[in-house]
Amino acid sequence: MDNPPRVVIVGAGPAGLAAARHLVEGGIRPVVLEESARAGGQGTRRLVAHMSHHRNRIYGRAASGMAARETVEDAVLSQCDFRTGTLVWGSHAGRLELLGPDGYDSLPYTHLLIAVGATDRVLPLPGWTLPGVFTLGGAQVALKRHASFIGDRIVFAGSSPLMYLAAAQYLRLGHPDLTILDTTPLSRKIRSFPAMMRHAPKTALQGISLMAELRRAGIKMAFGVALKAIEGGERVNTIEYATRGGQIVRTPVGAVALGYGLRPELQLAELAGATLRYDKRHRQWFAQVDAMGQATDGLWIAGDGSRIGGAEAADAAGFLAAESMLTTLGHPAADPLKIRHSRRRLKRQQCFQDAMTGAFQWPAASAPNIPDETLVCRCERICAGEIRHAITTSLGPVEINRVKAVTRCGMGRCQGRFCGPALGELVAIATGEAPGYLRAQAPIRPVPLLATDSEHT
Amino acid sequence: MTHTADNCDVLIIGCGLFGAFTGLFLAKRGVRVTVLERGWVGAQASGTNFGNLRLHGRSANQYPLSLRAQDLWERYGDLTGEGCEIERTGHLYFAVTDEGRDTLHRDAQTATGFGVVSELLEGDALRQRFPFLSSHISLAAFSPRSAVANPRLATAPVARAIQRAGSHVIEQCEVSSARAIPGGFEVQTTSGRIFSAPKLVNAAGAWSGRVAKQFGEPVPMFSAGPPQFVTEPLPFRLHPSVHMVEGDVIVRQIRRGNVIFSGYPRTHSLPSGNFTHVPPSKTLRGMSALLRCIPMLAHGEIIRVWSGVEGYLPDMLPVIGPSTTIPSLFHAFGGSGGGFQIAPAVGEGLAELIASDMLPSMLSGYGIGRFIDSTNVSVKIEREFDCPAIQ
Repeated sequence: MDNPPRVVIVGAGPAGLAAARHLVEGGIRPVVLEESARAGGQGTRRLVAHMSHHRNRIYGRAASGMAARETVEDAVLSQCDFRTGTLVWGSHAGRLELLGPDGYDSLPYTHLLIAVGATDRVLPLPGWTLPGVFTLGGAQVALKRHASFIGDRIVFAGSSPLMYLAAAQYLRLGHPDLTILDTTPLSRKIRSFPAMMRHAPKTALQGISLMAELRRAGIKMAFGVALKAIEGGERVNTIEYATRGGQIVRTPVGAVALGYGLRPELQLAELAGATLRYDKRHRQWFAQVDAMGQATDGLWIAGDGSRIGGAEAADAAGFLAAESMLTTLGHPAADPLKIRHSRRRLKRQQCFQDAMTGAFQWPAASAPNIPDETLVCRCERICAGEIRHAITTSLGPVEINRVKAVTRCGMGRCQGRFCGPALGELVAIATGEAPGYLRAQAPIRPVPLLATDSEHT
Repeated sequence: MTHTADNCDVLIIGCGLFGAFTGLFLAKRGVRVTVLERGWVGAQASGTNFGNLRLHGRSANQYPLSLRAQDLWERYGDLTGEGCEIERTGHLYFAVTDEGRDTLHRDAQTATGFGVVSELLEGDALRQRFPFLSSHISLAAFSPRSAVANPRLATAPVARAIQRAGSHVIEQCEVSSARAIPGGFEVQTTSGRIFSAPKLVNAAGAWSGRVAKQFGEPVPMFSAGPPQFVTEPLPFRLHPSVHMVEGDVIVRQIRRGNVIFSGYPRTHSLPSGNFTHVPPSKTLRGMSALLRCIPMLAHGEIIRVWSGVEGYLPDMLPVIGPSTTIPSLFHAFGGSGGGFQIAPAVGEGLAELIASDMLPSMLSGYGIGRFIDSTNVSVKIEREFDCPAIQ
């Protein structure tokens, strides 16, 4: 061989770790790049030291399995070139652009697995940018990383299985005042449940048991609500919503955790050459990959960063991607039974997620109700009305990337990662077409101006 | 008087700034115009460029066009009824080498000859006036009348003004073929629509070469774009637009606080002609070059990079004027990195030429005929592009 293979994994969450494990077993020593300080991912985030004695309460029945898994993961990572605190901010011409503890660096690859996960999917409502409003993921990070509740009276609002999981974690740690406002009617959840049971009974039953746990503790839950506004001054103090029956309710709150499921972090995949596809059912964009997770020559994508599937799907997808990478490297194929098993496991979780889109609905239909004066883009402070005005102006933009260029919605620090889904819906209302996708440009996260005098090519 | 879009006096291919301003000045003369845009109005080079309305540092033969353009930019609000964040920030050239110092002195003299102020500053005066410049910079030239505009917003108001004047602008209308017919031209679009008119303007930007070739006038144009980036909002300190005369640092800050950078070498567009990458190595190189000149920007965060698909000609000058092969065909394309500032005057001059058959003197020297016998290659080609720039 003239050039040795350079196998790189971006992201040390469930998908990246499963892939690393299989690659190491195959005799490969991959580079594993992780943006945060520790491996583990988000949903399965490792606890900071002073929270670790709460592990059982936070992770419930999954806790003992997680401890064992972390031990295995550490053993695997010790056989990788594992680099924490390393942001991959771009990809071009077969190289990854890194910003690590020692500054900028560039890493060539021949085989790249992107397993960077997902972020919260939010739809703005009046007051969503007030201090005290968190995303659901943010509420969990506060607990696991900062050992902190987000407030005294917490409302989990939106529609996502994470609302129930996060509420249960807060409950187990002794939080006394939790409420769940789910925008999907209970009847829709019941209707989706048989399909969820059929595809992933264990996961579906875990969901039921979470709800039962919350119910037993007397946590207030309302379904099919319409969120109207979050209000406050220095900090959030009230949430207003309409019940399923149409009654307006105003509830005092100390904090709000908001979210409608997750959206894959696709920017790096796109820069590395992946094609994206629109998924009607999820009403969002996923990466186009084959059954083994391969997107194109030399590029694989696994886990929530490809399409939303959850930790178990990520684990299976990571293994499959690594298997496919090993095959292209000329290694003998793994046990066909194991491959088939993983593919089935992945497929089941994906079908489960498909069914869940009915139980936890993305509220596209309420996008027209976002008031004109409500901020859509937090970074650039662009309101819904400005976007609507631009779209309806003669020769105004009607394609999402043009709308961004003209209104600046999505042009700020987050580059549309948080306002993109809402912007997509606002444009879709005008065009009658499916929501579009904001093209990615480097850097994937803001990167500092530093003198490198690097002349690498 | 209204007219139908497919039957007009002048058909313009391309609604970038050249096409739009040509259309507007024709429409203002009562000429019935239809502008066909393959994508979206002002979305390519007209919308992705740096946004400089720089007046000094030009060669003598460019001043008439450039000065007229500045007059028109200054009246943009009256011309279009809208704004595009035009601000008279002034423009500061600085030099780091002896050769650069000579250039600044020479350019200031040329500018003065055309009544353009290019004030030379050095030593303490320079330091006091523009304290953000690194101390190794010894000479700078300030042009107070130079300005900036937001290119993302500049074209659509011109296109809307065309509509208000009773003419037509059609987006998502890509021309697949254009030919001369008795009494004018017939243009067919990819969707099968046919447009005809007695006169035709080729203002298709980086795509203009194809149109010119169809009429037997091939030009050695190529597509490229500069590496550009923008930072998060930072304290507003960098009031003028700043430009290193030796080359690769062009920077300005908008009032919202974002610092916008453009540099060299420019990158060739993809063979499809629809996209230009920004190689990360150029972003890093740009950071270093920028911090050498303006150290206070260190640790400010870059939030986005971008480039554009811009048409360049080997002598780094645009093609503006009548066809040499076909009567009633006109060209306006290939801004070569300098098209934004001159665009209103290009449009005004071309409209005059089309309506009166007289080439305004400010447009002389830009004709397409200059590529027939030989091609003059600018020194900038080697300095400002990935080599080889011209294949």
